[in-house]
Amino acid sequence: MMSKVQLSRFLFTAIILFGLFASVMAADAVRAQEPLPQSPSDDEVNAIAKQLYCPVCENIPLDVCPTQACAQWRELIREKLVEGWSEDEIKTYFVAQYGDRVLAQPPASGLNWLVYIIPPLAILGGIYILYRALRAWRQPPEGEIEAQPTIEAVDDDYVARIEDELRQR
Amino acid sequence: MSDQMENIPDPQNEEAAPAKKKSIAIGGRQLSVGALAAWIGIFALLALLAFGLLRNQEGPVTVGETVPNFTLTTFGGEQISLEDLQGKVVVLNFWASWCKPCEEEAADLETAWRMYEPRGDVVFLGVDYVDTETEAMEYLEKFDITYPNGPDLRTKISQAFRIRGVPETYIIGKDGKLAAFKISPFISLAEIQGMIDPLLESS
Repeated sequence: MMSKVQLSRFLFTAIILFGLFASVMAADAVRAQEPLPQSPSDDEVNAIAKQLYCPVCENIPLDVCPTQACAQWRELIREKLVEGWSEDEIKTYFVAQYGDRVLAQPPASGLNWLVYIIPPLAILGGIYILYRALRAWRQPPEGEIEAQPTIEAVDDDYVARIEDELRQR
Repeated sequence: MSDQMENIPDPQNEEAAPAKKKSIAIGGRQLSVGALAAWIGIFALLALLAFGLLRNQEGPVTVGETVPNFTLTTFGGEQISLEDLQGKVVVLNFWASWCKPCEEEAADLETAWRMYEPRGDVVFLGVDYVDTETEAMEYLEKFDITYPNGPDLRTKISQAFRIRGVPETYIIGKDGKLAAFKISPFISLAEIQGMIDPLLESS
């Protein structure tokens, strides 16, 4: 038979052990939970936002646009990222909702082709014009060369006398 | 003798003469094919630029003009085409949840809709311009808006009407022509009625 003191010690020890066991189980239960979906960082959102332009505030990329409309758009990008959408999927969604003009880099189709063709053509044209101008500058037209008097053609007594004097010195 | 001399090619002259380029005479001036192509390209580009600038300066659809047809896909997925509404007065309101002035007229528009709905010959349509669906739905709920509303997909409707901002409201007569428009929020229910009622009395 246990004395009262022994019984109380036993109960005390049991309670402590139960408490320890319960806390360990609770810790295990916390560890076993599914990890919470992490909200994408502002940098991740802005990486996509800077490729988009809101039609309301033209010429301001979405990542730096201060309007409420753009703030809503950035939040929408964040929501889509949380849902696991890829960058391309999000851009496709924005184009479907708001049109091609939201893209910083317009797709190469229709009249948009001009954006890709004209600058290189203008550069090539400029190089060609520069080349022609430099060539004309370095090589005067043949007619002008022929028109210039040659030394042999000059038959001047005065020049002949100067040359003689120079030879004598 | 002289004829023979003319026929004998002079090698020196041949070397000296530059290769003859293909050219086209235009207005008494000789233009090489390359130069002509360059000029055509420049004029085509200028024409495109002029077209774009003129289109930008056109402004909104004007009163009396036949309104361009459009199809609105509502938030509920219903498709409403303007063609199907011929013979009815259509009140087309452009709005957005981020637009504070839109909130000023939201309640009046809904009250007007509830007034005219039983008649059956007036239709209200809301076009949500450049907005996010979550916020748009909250806006509709906040103002208890019951008439059909939908997003302006690819901004096609707003481009067709060449709107400059929101809110803008276009009232289309039973003949499909623009009867009136409002480029700012309605300040009262009476103002909305003042635009719709004359169109109903004339029919």
